[in-house]
Amino acid sequence: MRIAAPETSDLYIPTKRPFHFGRWFSRTGWRHLVGAIMVVFSAFPLLYVLSASLHPGGTLITANGLFSQVDLGSYQTLFNLPQQPYAAWYGNTLLIGGITSLCTVFLGALAAYSFSRMRFVGRRPGLLMLVLVQMFPQLLAVVAIFLLLNGISDIFPAIGLDSQVGLIMVYLGGALGVNTYLMYGFFNTVPASIDEAAKIDGAGHARIFFTIILRLVAPILAVVGLLSFVGTTNEFVIASIVLITPEKQTLAVGLYQFVSQEFSSNYSVFAAGAVLAALPVMALFLWLQKYIVGGLTAGSVK
Amino acid sequence: MTNPGTERDEAQVRESKRSRQAARIAEAASAGVRTLLVKIFLLAIVDAISVYALFVLLLRSDWAVFGAVLLVTLIVNWIYFSKQKLPAKYLTPGLIFLLIFQIFVVGYSGYIAFTNYGTGHNSTKQDAITALIVSSQQRVPDSATYQLTVLEQLGSYSFLVTEPDGTVSLGGTDAPLRPVTDATVDDTGKAVALPGYTSLKFNDIVANQERIAALSVPLSDDPNDGTLRTPDGSKAYLYLSDLVYDEAAGTMTDTRTDTAYTDNGKTGSFVAADGTELLPGWKVEVGLANFAKAFGSESIRGPLISVTLWTFAFAFLSVLTTFGLGLFLAIVFNDLRMRGRNVYRVVLILPYAFPAFLSALVWAGMLNPQFGFVNQVLFGGADIPWLTNEWLAKFSIIFVNLWLGFPYMFLVCTGALQSIPDEIQEAATVDGARPFQVFRLIKLPLLLVSVAPLLISSFAFNFNNFNLIYMLTNGGPRDVTAGVNVGATDILISLVYKVAFVGANRDYGLASAFSIIIFLLVALVSVISFKQTKALEELN
Repeated sequence: MRIAAPETSDLYIPTKRPFHFGRWFSRTGWRHLVGAIMVVFSAFPLLYVLSASLHPGGTLITANGLFSQVDLGSYQTLFNLPQQPYAAWYGNTLLIGGITSLCTVFLGALAAYSFSRMRFVGRRPGLLMLVLVQMFPQLLAVVAIFLLLNGISDIFPAIGLDSQVGLIMVYLGGALGVNTYLMYGFFNTVPASIDEAAKIDGAGHARIFFTIILRLVAPILAVVGLLSFVGTTNEFVIASIVLITPEKQTLAVGLYQFVSQEFSSNYSVFAAGAVLAALPVMALFLWLQKYIVGGLTAGSVK
Repeated sequence: MTNPGTERDEAQVRESKRSRQAARIAEAASAGVRTLLVKIFLLAIVDAISVYALFVLLLRSDWAVFGAVLLVTLIVNWIYFSKQKLPAKYLTPGLIFLLIFQIFVVGYSGYIAFTNYGTGHNSTKQDAITALIVSSQQRVPDSATYQLTVLEQLGSYSFLVTEPDGTVSLGGTDAPLRPVTDATVDDTGKAVALPGYTSLKFNDIVANQERIAALSVPLSDDPNDGTLRTPDGSKAYLYLSDLVYDEAAGTMTDTRTDTAYTDNGKTGSFVAADGTELLPGWKVEVGLANFAKAFGSESIRGPLISVTLWTFAFAFLSVLTTFGLGLFLAIVFNDLRMRGRNVYRVVLILPYAFPAFLSALVWAGMLNPQFGFVNQVLFGGADIPWLTNEWLAKFSIIFVNLWLGFPYMFLVCTGALQSIPDEIQEAATVDGARPFQVFRLIKLPLLLVSVAPLLISSFAFNFNNFNLIYMLTNGGPRDVTAGVNVGATDILISLVYKVAFVGANRDYGLASAFSIIIFLLVALVSVISFKQTKALEELN
């Protein structure tokens, strides 16, 4: 029942407006409705795979009974598969992703520093090339990469086919293309007067770069490193043709083959593998969320 | 008469020369001994690797690669020991990788597109001849018995052979038999050991039976002389090939049927008069044959055109749907009165944080026609062919890509919306604009200007969104009438992958020709879109 405001006194100010469902719904309520629908849409597949992973020996059919059973058996099975060395895949993915993203950040930062701070012949064409290279991902030349590594393995087997070092080197070919432009934009926001002050104090270019600039641009380094790590983790095409021995493969290659061999019968083990594979990426992502959103829009919204 | 302008110019030049000199001195003074040592140490590592590489290449007399490695090493040393060339010092490390693994491979794709590289044509003519002769070998019925000891050195096996006349020789798969003198000989006159090698014991032979049985050691440099093989690891017999190569005539003759196979110089293989081809062949340049095959033969041209159309449709619809939903959500949640926006935001970006290849695999499970969650639970046991019907599969792909892609667009649009000043909206409201007019006439154009480059890169990304297609539907349902392995949902890049790497019959040449087509299409799209948005003009 609504309480009518006293009509006589004009000093009375109601402390809280009475709740009116229609008004609430038309202002913010419908937004919550949209939000609820979208939450179900976004989170459901993730809950589905989590529930499937907690059902040992489960198949696709049993995965439909959500959270009907909670048991970590599949996770144990996962690490004891005779044909699929899951632990090795996991380690390889972290190693290849980690080294690639570290080197990508380093190579990219070197290039961004020179584009941002130095003036030289070919600077503008170089910047143009950085923008254009982004349009042509490496996987377009996957056949040539395969044949090139095949040729290299005749001469130097250590960096040829079926070698993780070779794969990392291939990934580093894309280091300048993808994110250097993003870094370049960020480097430009650091005032050049800082460099000049350091120069007057007697610091050389290397000291300025390593001890001053790199620290000031740390947020963009984190973003580029993370994007590169996620990109490498997700990369399937090149990893699948370069890495042949199961013990050397990455999660993307290994899990795809695992799932295509026994899709419906061993679903819970796959789901457990998927949950564990997603954990580090998702944790990093949510942790660095703020920077990523900034980094994503930095290229366009200046 | 001196021109005052020139004088001033000269003064400037002098000044800049002197200032450059000063800068050099300052730079040299600031660089400590430690920096110099680190620099020398790093360069020493690079040079050591290069020298090793050059040495190996020298032994293989691979002159083209030798020259390239030498040139790169010299340039790197020149750049880092020079007192100038500062920008080059910072750019070189990344540029080397970029040049080899991004630019060179593109050119190499172009070359492969003009060859017949693929299954049956993947090496040189000499390799093909050896392979043909080895593969058609038969044991000579009255072969002499060679006493044999299998030796091992650094993981590879060699044969230590005592010939019937007592000569002792050593040979391996790649090294024809040559006489040796320092072998240890036992009482029966059989050579049993050689310094530097380990003789295999009976147990080792049993354990590596298959590898040893597969060894074939050529008698001499001429493959027509035959090879030695062993069935048991203790005795070797002479094997001769049915095929005989006549180097002078360039023909391969089958001694059983007396058919002569000749190299016709076009297909990269030996062909008989009746058209029978001997495989393996070798790699040759075939000119435009791959492009002719792609556009000329009906069984490939049809699928290629439909795949190209679907690639464009898929990329366009993906951008449209994800941007539409992302923008809608950004507007919905961009209301300060609403509570719990941050919670919604975190949950909504979960699909973006989940690794994409896993998402596609999980959705493939959920959309499975017989057992999947969607059919079994949401549609109560219906049998809807989500991934196996041509049109439903296309719909499923767009739908799953919407799930994967809307969080990105949501984040981008939220950022762009928040960067639009509130005053603009207030001014429009004061002027009497209704909320929808404010959005359509003011906010949307401003937003589009800032997100247009991201929409273009999203289009380019989806144009080559291999993982989604390959992991969700594997390109299927397959088109059985097509001349290549292609399905209804294949996009160009998954077509390239399938032609080059899936199945027994790999055709690198044709796959590279398809890659070149993608390159041209992407280049076209880039040129048009960059011209439209003028994004490149802002470079400074």
